[in-house]
Amino acid sequence: MAAQANALSIEELKEKGKVLRRLIIRMTTEAGSGHPSSSLSAVEVVNALWFGGFMKYDAQNPTWAARDRFILSKGHAVPVLYAAMAEAGYFSVDDVMTLRKLGSPFEGHPNMKRLPGIEASTGSLGQGLSLGIGQALGARLNKNGANVFVVIGDGEMGEGQVWEALAGAEKYKLGNLTAIIDQNGYQQTGATKDVLDLGSFEEKIAAFGWHTQTINGNCQESVVAALETASKITDRPKAIISQTKKGYGILPVLEATGDSNFHGKPLSPELAEKALAYLG
Amino acid sequence: MYLGEMSGLKIGQATRDAFGDALKELGEKYPEIVTVDGDVGNSTRTEVFAKAFPERAFNMGIAESNMVSVAGGLASTGKIPVVASFAAFLLCNAYDQIRMSIAFPGMNVKLVGTHAGISIGEDGPSQMGIEDVSLACSLPGMVVIVTADAVSTKAATAAMIEYEGPVYLRLGRPNVAEIYTTEDTFEIGKANTVREGDDVTIIANGLMVAGALDAATKLAEEGISARVIDMHTVKPIDVDAIQKAARETSAIVVAEEHMSHGGLGSAVSMVVSQANPVPMAYVNVGDCFAESGDPQGLLDKYGLTAAAIIEAVKKVK
Repeated sequence: MAAQANALSIEELKEKGKVLRRLIIRMTTEAGSGHPSSSLSAVEVVNALWFGGFMKYDAQNPTWAARDRFILSKGHAVPVLYAAMAEAGYFSVDDVMTLRKLGSPFEGHPNMKRLPGIEASTGSLGQGLSLGIGQALGARLNKNGANVFVVIGDGEMGEGQVWEALAGAEKYKLGNLTAIIDQNGYQQTGATKDVLDLGSFEEKIAAFGWHTQTINGNCQESVVAALETASKITDRPKAIISQTKKGYGILPVLEATGDSNFHGKPLSPELAEKALAYLG
Repeated sequence: MYLGEMSGLKIGQATRDAFGDALKELGEKYPEIVTVDGDVGNSTRTEVFAKAFPERAFNMGIAESNMVSVAGGLASTGKIPVVASFAAFLLCNAYDQIRMSIAFPGMNVKLVGTHAGISIGEDGPSQMGIEDVSLACSLPGMVVIVTADAVSTKAATAAMIEYEGPVYLRLGRPNVAEIYTTEDTFEIGKANTVREGDDVTIIANGLMVAGALDAATKLAEEGISARVIDMHTVKPIDVDAIQKAARETSAIVVAEEHMSHGGLGSAVSMVVSQANPVPMAYVNVGDCFAESGDPQGLLDKYGLTAAAIIEAVKKVK
């Protein structure tokens, strides 16, 4: 419950965001593989949820029944979650540096069986929102007031199951479920609008009966304000379309490589050094 | 003529009906049971539970992928979700969701595939789950159960609820012969020898257990003593019962209402080939899809009969 009691101020959150970014870069460079750019776009959202007072959890008791749940449906961005959980005290920063190594529970995609505190094993895209519906329904039956937050990728929105879930969540008026779409604009082979253009997420999701907001998801103030607004809506599911940039925080460093997508690859040790220096 | 008639068995409830009744009874005892449906609850019989416990029943609509993952989420809050649909839609449509939302995290979800096999009849091959056992067995850690009659289905339903972990229970549409009485026991992973015999062993599950008993009755008239084993749990399979059969009888015939690959036949042969190998023969749908037709006509045409089992026995005996 620590997080809610000790919600960080915007200024403190911004500092924490830098800490998360450093960890993301360090762990993926150390691993020699992974998805730093997809992790970096979601930092402000994950940061606000874990440290801005929007989720109740207890790092010392990860199975606490009334905890809020965080599902990273875009499981490849798991370094941002490992970074946040390390900062929240679930495990040490040193532990996280074993990312993707044989024997480490810090797998390339989240594995709830091996790592307490992970709420869903994801990695096959499209399933997180449905898992969130199940957890939200379970919380309702258990009458424990738990909220569920699901972070989905914009490329992931191409999965039909997400749209099944959008309809299903509305049917049960899940006011304890919040979906955040990390719209960083890129997926594996290129820009999301070129690969499979789904048009306006806000219009489509609103048409399913959800409460919707579209924000600059790399602006910490906007993210906090949007989560604040969403927390007051309790009669239907809520979506935040979080427009972000893949690799946000170290964009000039990545852009200098000539690859504006930078999908699914770590920074070289030299590039990581530049990025860490850039972050300050 | 129906499977079981030659051995004097009476036709009882369909396994899906027995499941529906059992689930409602278990719902009283286990408040954590919930159902998650894909809008076929009146076919799978989860509607019996849903009427008794409406607040614990979730119909997610014709959206099997969502349905299965929702169940995974519910399980992670301590619920015991029972997900029921036609075997073909549950296993084939939502396979990745079963893999990632249930099997991989080891969720305590009970998957129930009804309308399995070709005995559903007129609706035809699109509705016939003939590969579901193979698919379910291919998921690490998944328990796979195929029941033969109403009594054992009720017992299996209770056993799967009491078991902690993912289970697939395969059920059929038609009324089937009564093999067991309530005196008989059911234990996951422990086969039931429903007829003793020394010359040959017929290992079957589902409605083919009745067919195997018919075959054994007929074979006895010809002086061939056939043991019949109901291998209701395909995974984890009862290795001891199979090895004992291989040691004590000279051949094994496997009969199942499934296509030729990856089902009970494959599971049994993997055991037999490792110790005391004996000649084996297989009775199943084959490597093909079936067609529309009346159930009995389909069983006859696709060789799921006592006669087919007898023929197989004579091939290896």
